[in-house]
Amino acid sequence: MLADNRIKTVTSVAAAPADVPAKGRSLWRDAGRRFMANKAAMTSLIVLIGVVLFTIIGPFFAKWSIEKVDWSVVGNVLTAGAPSFETGHYFGTDEVGRDLYSRVIQGTQISLLVGLVGSAIAVVVGTIYGAVAGYFGGRLDSAMMRLVDIIYSIPYMFILILLLIVFGRSFIMLFVGIGLISWLGMSRVVRGQTLTLKNREFVEAAIATGSKPRDVIFRHIVPNLLGIVAIYATLLVPEMILLESFISFLGLGVQEPNTSLGALISEGAQTMQYGTYWQLAFPLVFFITILFTFFFVGDGLRDALDPKDR
Amino acid sequence: MAPVLTVKDLSVRFALHESVVTAVNNLNFTLEAGETLAVVGESGSGKSQAFLALMGLLAKNGSVSGQALLGDVDLLALSKTELNQYRGRDVAMIFQDPMTSLNPALRLKQQLAEVLVLHKGQDQKQAETSAIEMLERVGIPEPAKRANAYPHQLSGGMRQRVMIAMALLCQPKILIADEPTTALDVTVQAQMLDLFKTLTEDFGTSLVLITHDLGVVAGVADRMMVMYGGRPVEKGTVDDLFYDPRHPYTLGLLHSTPHIAKRAERLDPIQGMPPSLENLPKGCAFHPRCAFAFDRCLAERPALTQLENGREKACFHEGPMRYGKVA
Repeated sequence: MLADNRIKTVTSVAAAPADVPAKGRSLWRDAGRRFMANKAAMTSLIVLIGVVLFTIIGPFFAKWSIEKVDWSVVGNVLTAGAPSFETGHYFGTDEVGRDLYSRVIQGTQISLLVGLVGSAIAVVVGTIYGAVAGYFGGRLDSAMMRLVDIIYSIPYMFILILLLIVFGRSFIMLFVGIGLISWLGMSRVVRGQTLTLKNREFVEAAIATGSKPRDVIFRHIVPNLLGIVAIYATLLVPEMILLESFISFLGLGVQEPNTSLGALISEGAQTMQYGTYWQLAFPLVFFITILFTFFFVGDGLRDALDPKDR
Repeated sequence: MAPVLTVKDLSVRFALHESVVTAVNNLNFTLEAGETLAVVGESGSGKSQAFLALMGLLAKNGSVSGQALLGDVDLLALSKTELNQYRGRDVAMIFQDPMTSLNPALRLKQQLAEVLVLHKGQDQKQAETSAIEMLERVGIPEPAKRANAYPHQLSGGMRQRVMIAMALLCQPKILIADEPTTALDVTVQAQMLDLFKTLTEDFGTSLVLITHDLGVVAGVADRMMVMYGGRPVEKGTVDDLFYDPRHPYTLGLLHSTPHIAKRAERLDPIQGMPPSLENLPKGCAFHPRCAFAFDRCLAERPALTQLENGREKACFHEGPMRYGKVA
């Protein structure tokens, strides 16, 4: 099936550019075409957009808020709290009678937010940090990268848990904690790429025309890094979601009544033995869908932006 | 005429792990306004490094000494920030490989405009208009359309034209072209050389042509400087050096180029290999490969001496040289 896919990709690309005029055909547009030809990635992208739309539109159809306890279900969750359209609990209720539909939507929102924020911090901080270290090289590079090594060597889960316990469990602390570690890998990737880019002649040519180091980095190096940054950032989103879920699974993530997919899965796993399987199934399906689609989209981006590596 | 560029005692050294290599040794030369100077030599003769040093583009382990006077400014004494004022505006450089000298992520007009925004204080729009005019001058068809293209949409010859356009945008006093035609095929080479000739004449730019292709030199240059082992060995007008070479190395170079009139079976290359800069031979650096070497060449290094017609050579051999296969 994969082989099939590839052959089709090649023919469609070969057939397309026949009527392309001398208009700027950027690397990005080429990549876009390759990406569109990748079925797995396109399907994933559509599903992902669907999930995002669902978290936006879904709340309008909710009959219950995330914290309202449905007293008619309490004590009888196994039968009365099952998924049903009549009660308005489309996804059923959780163990204390709160509407799972609303809670899954909210958990998905928060998980996505955590992933995107973590990855955005990585893109901004990691790219600048890595590009500066790689471009200037020498002692500055050594100092900057050793700092990254040092932060890497600290057991971050331990630090994150300490942070959350000492400063209390809050969104901001969670973002600070995730932001603290998310850019490390990115900065290494970017630095490595910068090292190869800075010896390319166009960078030398830019220096020879009198560009300042800042301009060289932002005009000549960073735009050439964006491909790899985009790939890495997409693959970082599910990683961040996993990280947050793990923390939530330990009971240290977002605070009740707010929730995240990790927290919901944790609760669902605890009550699985009572037969309320839906409490695990619904958050899990969303969780897996998000992770899979992000990985596939990231993979598709890599194939599209860097066809050499296929 | 006052020279645009006067280089005095330029030396370039590279620190290796345990030793220091001198890539360019006490180089002196002047560049007159509007003239074309060819710098010729084998790989490793220091011809590129000398000019990279002027542009402040040496590798990290390189160091430079001497003076390079552009007007009354010593380029070598400037800090990197001060140098940025002159790079691109007064001295521009074109590199060997046009395929990698353009940023693949920027449209041509964005890339070309950068120089003007930087040095002429033009805004982006103005700069892009001038960039398009310049593209037209270097012979790019449909320049307004092409300016929106990305480098990968152009052929090698086109890209080198773009590089030339970029270098000439600020109408620099000096254009340094480091083997500008090496990566191009022969027909395109000829077009490029024509372009160099007409444009530098139009703008009154002095051209430094770093090359190992004597055919290129013959077509374009006014004067030439032959380098060997980091030192100039012969200087003079192109005509003098081509028709009456006085240094055995120049003679050897001329003999190792194919000649259209002579039907030679095989080329007659200079025997031996260029010396390692880490371990230059004693005396004249060329003596191990020289057919005319005698005792004195092994013991002391010949200095550059003035000859008639402004020529200079660094060789002890006097009198005519007959070149043939040396057993």
